[in-house]
Amino acid sequence: MGRTLFDKVWDSHVVQSIPDGPQVVYIDKHFIHEVTTPQAFDGLRKRGISVFRTENTVATVDHNIPTKDQHLPIKEALSRHQVETLIKNCKEFGIELYGLGHPSQGIVHVIGPQLGITQPGMTIVCGDSHTSTHGAFGAVAFGIGTSEVEQVLATQCILQTKPKKMRINVEGELGKGVVSKDIILYIISKISASGGTGYFVEFAGSAIRNLSMEARMSICNMSIEMGARGGMIAPDQTTYEYIKGRDFAPKGEDFDKAVAYWTSLCTDDDAVFDLEYTYDAADISPMVTYGTNPGMGIKIDDFIPNKDDAGLEKSLSYMNFHKGESLIGKPIDYVFLGSCTNSRIEDLRLFANLIKGKKKAENVTVWVVPGSKQVEDIARKEGIDKILEEAGIELRQSGCSACLGMNEDKIPAGKYCVSTSNRNFEGRQGPGARTILASPLTAAAAAITGKITDVRDFL
Amino acid sequence: MDKFTFLRTTGVPLAVEDIDTDQIIPARFLKATTREGFGDNLFRDWRFNSDNTLKQDFVLNNSKYSGKVLVAGRNFGCGSSREHAAWAIHDYGFKVVISSFFADIFKNNALNNGLLPLIVEEDVLQQILQQIQSQPETELIVDLEKQVLEVPSIGINVSFDINPYKKTCLINGYDDIDYLLSLKEEISQFEIKRATL
Repeated sequence: MGRTLFDKVWDSHVVQSIPDGPQVVYIDKHFIHEVTTPQAFDGLRKRGISVFRTENTVATVDHNIPTKDQHLPIKEALSRHQVETLIKNCKEFGIELYGLGHPSQGIVHVIGPQLGITQPGMTIVCGDSHTSTHGAFGAVAFGIGTSEVEQVLATQCILQTKPKKMRINVEGELGKGVVSKDIILYIISKISASGGTGYFVEFAGSAIRNLSMEARMSICNMSIEMGARGGMIAPDQTTYEYIKGRDFAPKGEDFDKAVAYWTSLCTDDDAVFDLEYTYDAADISPMVTYGTNPGMGIKIDDFIPNKDDAGLEKSLSYMNFHKGESLIGKPIDYVFLGSCTNSRIEDLRLFANLIKGKKKAENVTVWVVPGSKQVEDIARKEGIDKILEEAGIELRQSGCSACLGMNEDKIPAGKYCVSTSNRNFEGRQGPGARTILASPLTAAAAAITGKITDVRDFL
Repeated sequence: MDKFTFLRTTGVPLAVEDIDTDQIIPARFLKATTREGFGDNLFRDWRFNSDNTLKQDFVLNNSKYSGKVLVAGRNFGCGSSREHAAWAIHDYGFKVVISSFFADIFKNNALNNGLLPLIVEEDVLQQILQQIQSQPETELIVDLEKQVLEVPSIGINVSFDINPYKKTCLINGYDDIDYLLSLKEEISQFEIKRATL
C-alpha cells in the first residue's frame, strides 16, 4: 500500500517502537524560547547531564519581550529574569542564541524558515503549539511540553504515539480579497476547534499549491487550532526556490542532492488517509471570528449562528455579540498585525498596499509588529514604515507582541481587536480583551474604517 | 514524577466545553522559571475578579465542592502547548481530570506529570457532572491498575483506556527521560545510519 507524505517523514525518524507503547522519534531540529525552557534546563542540571546535540537546537527570545525600545533593559522584572535565564542557559549548555539585538532574532516560527534551518523531510519540535508552521516545507513539525523539551535536549528524541492521518484538499481559484488566512479560518469553521484532534493533516489541492511559502506557513501554523498535532504541505518548486540561498540551506551540489530527496516526499497515489475533506476555494470569503475559539468563524457577510448552545451563549456574552447578527460595521478599538501566523514580509506588504495613501481611523490603535528583525529591516528598506507612518501607524520591533497577553502589548479589558493572530480565546490578548481573528487584508480594512469591514469594498 | 495507582475522592464539576490552556493558566503567569506555585493562578480569570477578589459563582470557589478529581466538558486542554497548564492543575491538588475528549498535547503533558487524563463516553461524563452538581459529596473511585472508574452512588462502573507504557510509568512514577537516556547508544547508531542514507 502507498504511503503518505507524513508516513514517509515520520517512519524514517523512528528509532524504536515500544511494544504496546509509543515510538521513540528522532528530532532533527529543536527550536527553543524563553518561556517553556527554564524548567527543562533545570532538569538537566539536576540530573547532571549535558545537551546531547547542541548543534541541533537553536534559541531565540520572542514571547516575553517588548516590541519598542528593545535596546533598553526589559522593564518588567519577571520577564527580564526569564530572558536572562535563557541567555545563561544557552551559554552554560552551548546553544546558539539569537537574542535581542541579534540580526536573526525573531518569532521562533518566523526565523526557522527565514534562515533556511527548516527544510523538507525534517522532524522539528519546539515548546510551542504553533511549531506546526514549519510543516509548510514538508516537515513533520509539532509543539511539545517542557518535559519533552528536556527529553530532546538530553537525547534528541521524544516518545510519541503516531497520530492518524487526515488530508484536506482545497481546489480551485480563490476569490477577490481572499488570502491564505481565510482558507484556514474557513477550514476550522467547518471542522471545529477539535475536529483535527488525534490527526496529522496534509493540506493539498490546487489552491494550496498555488500559494507562496509564506502563505502556506499561515495555513500550517493554525493546524493546531482545529486540534491537529500538525499540518504539512508536500514540498515543490515553490519550496525549493524559497530555501535556496538561505544561510543554513544546503549549497551547490548538496542542494541538488537535497532536492532529489525532497522530490520523493509526496503522498503516493494509492495511499489511504483515515479522514479526508475537500473544499471549493470559490466558496471561501474573507473570514472573521465572532466567538472565543478559532472554530467560531463566519464569512464576513454572513451572520452569527442562531442556535441553542451553551458554549455559543457563553462566548457571545464574553464578546458582547448576539445571535443572528452581522459583524460588519461593528466598531473596534485595536488592530494587531503580527504573530507567527501573519507577521512575515508578505503580510506586511498586503497590509501596507491597502493602507497606502489612507489614514487609520481615529478611534483605532494599530500595532504592526514584524515577525523578525530581518522582516523589520526589509520592511524599512521597502518603505513600508513610511507608508504606515503616513497612515498614522508605527512599525514596531519583532516579537510575539499582542498575540498572547504576556508581554507589554496587551489589549485592555472589554476592547475589541481585529487581530491577524491565531487565538481568540477569552483573555488571550489580555484579561477581558475581545479578539476578532482575520487576515492581514481584513485587518487593514478595519484599521482604515475603525469598524469590522468587508475588505472587498476596497478592491 | 509522582506515582498514581488508586484514588477514592470527591470531584469538582466544571461543565464547560473547549476549555483552553489560556483559561487554565493565562500567559501572563508563565514567567516563573520553576515548576512550583502555578496552582495559585489556576483558572485565574474565572476564579478571580480584576481586583483579585474571588468570583463566588466559580466552582473552585464554591466550598461545597472539593476533592482530587476535576470533571470537565469535552475538548479539555486545547490551545497552547504550555505544560504549565498540567503543572497548575496538579499543583492545585488534582490528581485526575475526567472528560470525554482531551487535546493531544495537554494529554501528553498531564501524563508526564503524574496527572491522569481519564476519558469517558459523553453520556457518562454528563451523568457524573449532574450527579456531582446535585450531590457534591458523591464518591468517585479511580483504579489505574484495573483501569476502572466507579461512581457507586449512580451505579457507574466503566473501564477506561490508557497506553500500557504510560500506565506503567504512572504506577511506578517513571519519567520518559529515564527510558530515553537508556537508549543513547541506539540513538547514536540511528544517527550514523541516517547520515549514510
